Amino acid sequence: MSVLVYIELDGGKIKKSSMEATAYAAAYAKSAGSSVTALALGLADSAELASLGEYGASKVLHLNNAQLDKFDAQVVTKLIADAVAAEGASVVVMSHNYAGKHISGRLSARINAGMVAGANGLPDTTNGFVVKKGCFSGKGFGYFNITSDKKILSIAPNSFTVEKVGGTASVEAFSAEVPANKITVNKQDKMEGGIPLTEAELVVSAGRGLKGPENWGMVEDMAGILGAATACSRPVSDIGWRPHHEHVGQTGIAIAPNLYIAIGISGAIQHLAGVNQSKTIVVINKDPEAPFFKAADYGIVGDAFEVIPQLNEALKNHKANN
Amino acid sequence: MNVLVCISKVPDTTSKIQFTDGNSKFDENGVTWIMNPTDEWYALVRGVEIKEAAGGKVTVINVGDSSNDQIIRKALAIGADAAVRIDANPTDAYFVAGQIAEYAKDKNFDIIITGKETIDYNSGVVASMIAEFLDLPHVSVAEKLELNGNSATITREIEGGSEEVSLETPFVLGANKGLAEQRIPNMRGIMMARKKPIDVIPAYDSVNALTATVQYEPPKPREAVKLVGSAQELVDLLHNEAKAI
Repeated sequence: MSVLVYIELDGGKIKKSSMEATAYAAAYAKSAGSSVTALALGLADSAELASLGEYGASKVLHLNNAQLDKFDAQVVTKLIADAVAAEGASVVVMSHNYAGKHISGRLSARINAGMVAGANGLPDTTNGFVVKKGCFSGKGFGYFNITSDKKILSIAPNSFTVEKVGGTASVEAFSAEVPANKITVNKQDKMEGGIPLTEAELVVSAGRGLKGPENWGMVEDMAGILGAATACSRPVSDIGWRPHHEHVGQTGIAIAPNLYIAIGISGAIQHLAGVNQSKTIVVINKDPEAPFFKAADYGIVGDAFEVIPQLNEALKNHKANN
Repeated sequence: MNVLVCISKVPDTTSKIQFTDGNSKFDENGVTWIMNPTDEWYALVRGVEIKEAAGGKVTVINVGDSSNDQIIRKALAIGADAAVRIDANPTDAYFVAGQIAEYAKDKNFDIIITGKETIDYNSGVVASMIAEFLDLPHVSVAEKLELNGNSATITREIEGGSEEVSLETPFVLGANKGLAEQRIPNMRGIMMARKKPIDVIPAYDSVNALTATVQYEPPKPREAVKLVGSAQELVDLLHNEAKAI
């Protein structure tokens, strides 16, 4: 009755979100007196996979097959279901990122396992198997009891504190029939360097208040100093000042970083829906009536073109001394 | 093209979200209900565009009671040809997807489209569940779809960018911004929608929910914003108080 965690690989490297999922699975397994088996699909070397032991996995099943580097959720789902059967796993954990959103639902339908998508915190098993998740676009939480024997938890990115427990996982070859992909990946258009928004702990975001794309240099500087990702509001992505994958909000990406700094964004309800689960929110806006201030922890009323250079200077000094 | 578009009824984006009966129920008092935005703006409109370009038929499907007929009528006014309502409480994603898959399994739909996620439960998994129930491929968080006969090229969101994939019909699509432009129903559409029937069918006994709602919780209220006068003060607070940097 092990806990199975799905590991997503990117160019042979374990994604940060999968380390988080492994640590979550290990914390649950510990409370349930169980152990964690990780499943990695695609090319990777054993040393990389063995490092999952640091996050609490005791065993890694590895299907070292180049076809699996091209993502087809249907194929991945079939292989996870095979691993669930082989391991007799009752709980499957993965990140609720793009891959997780593709796979978790399919797996639920395939093995008839109830699921909580975007789980926020460990299950409470005192009376059933109750898991908390965000609902109503950040305006509430729900507690859901999974009533089926098999259970799937896709965990909200950045919702679980990763602690290294130390240890090395044994890596075993996993053999299963790999069906042909029905989806062909033609090309990827990904940002070069930097931190993808969905994986970021710190996010610096800006809106129309910056007046034009040529003024984003100081935002990127701040992101660079903090090691943060950059984001933007919908109007800014709609008019093409910033790429679409930076758009946070109801029709963009919903994020929950430790720190969200919003510069020149008024704070429409659709924008708040994407960021209101951030742990700390800072708003910088020259309009003291901007609705975003009501949702913020800290605020500076001031012109971004004056405040941001000062803030960058102060952050640089802070980083140099800490 | 024979297209099925799945639509859901949700509280309007601007609704105040409250819970009742000791936080065990969602409080429907004063809530305005709408068609889920990504279902309406992107899934439905792209479905109608496919029919306009290639011919065929667009059917909308919803799981819910008769209070959902209002959003179904709107979908018909926007351009759907036919509507089906499975008369059941949409308990969880597995139940909804399972019901829709049971309906769809012998109807030969070429493309089944949902919005990328509903704005009430935010799970974003119904498209993938329908696909697995029907043994079809699916692509979600799709922002572009080009069709050439039965071949589709789709651009979908991934971490920090996008990915272009191709596949053949039939498939399931999770629709996001970029896929289509919102359409406002015109008077002719509204008049025609009145004449289109809504086929109400009972739930399929073979599919049951696998989760139950235990309770809700409002988010912890944030303390009033601390307005600070200088960048240095902000950095100090973020470091010492919020421990965010």
